[in-house]
Amino acid sequence: MSTHQHDENCKKMFALLSEYLDMELPVDLCEEMDAHIAGCEPCAAFTESLRKTIELCHEYQPKELPGPLARDARRKLLEAYEKMLAGRRS
Amino acid sequence: MERAAEIELARQLLEGKPEAFDRFVDHFRAKIFNYSQIMCGHREDAEEVVQETLFKVFENFGQLREPEHVRAWVFRIAKNACLIKRRKSIYAPQQELSLDELMPARGNSRDRMRIEIADWSGIPEDEVLRSELQRVLDEAIAEMPEIYRSVMLLRDVEELSTEEVAQILDLNTDAVKTRLHRARLLARKKFDSYLRASSQPVEKN
Repeated sequence: MSTHQHDENCKKMFALLSEYLDMELPVDLCEEMDAHIAGCEPCAAFTESLRKTIELCHEYQPKELPGPLARDARRKLLEAYEKMLAGRRS
Repeated sequence: MERAAEIELARQLLEGKPEAFDRFVDHFRAKIFNYSQIMCGHREDAEEVVQETLFKVFENFGQLREPEHVRAWVFRIAKNACLIKRRKSIYAPQQELSLDELMPARGNSRDRMRIEIADWSGIPEDEVLRSELQRVLDEAIAEMPEIYRSVMLLRDVEELSTEEVAQILDLNTDAVKTRLHRARLLARKKFDSYLRASSQPVEKN
């Protein structure tokens, strides 16, 4: 576990971390963040943990699936689709 | 299913090729069910939302102008079906959490912050840990305020763009970014607590 005296720069970068990781920041701000992270070990560790958090979200698999589709429910959906197609043709 | 395959199915349906129908239904039933169960809270409600959403999707399929946005289009319909099911706005504005509350362990001296971070080095290599963390993520999503939950599900789980999520939830892109950041920080905090509890911390400076 690392401990760290957090200063104002760290607080500023903390607010922008998601946009930084999503590459949604303007170039100058992004470079400022790169420089800060390179020189601040706890912020680097925090950034890495947030990056891994996002990665775990991308891998999320639902623990429950819907029950099997009832024949009647499928028929209603197919009818809606066919009606839509017929409407486009006419 | 890859995003490209999903878009291809939408294209085929638009062209009137019904052989894509069952694959499209299976794929989106699972997605909509997961989203609605988390947002509505009940399996029965979620099953109904799935059927109502898909019915509207097929009824209006001809209005899908850009098949590459089919996922966002389906989720917008699903979100509206969830709203009706809940009979109250689950997306009503709530006060945003302050970032200070989400920063790691606060210090006290001279208004400075001190942060404490667990050891995250086991991710991604450790398969067992990864699967345990998926359950932790379930808990994190269930516990977070609803305004953050919907943004996280759409943006990080469904991997829709900031603009698409903004359209689905009727928010501006800045609000999506603000909420997404808080949602991620909440999930990170939960993971961090779990990692700390499950491993002996190592002191380093």
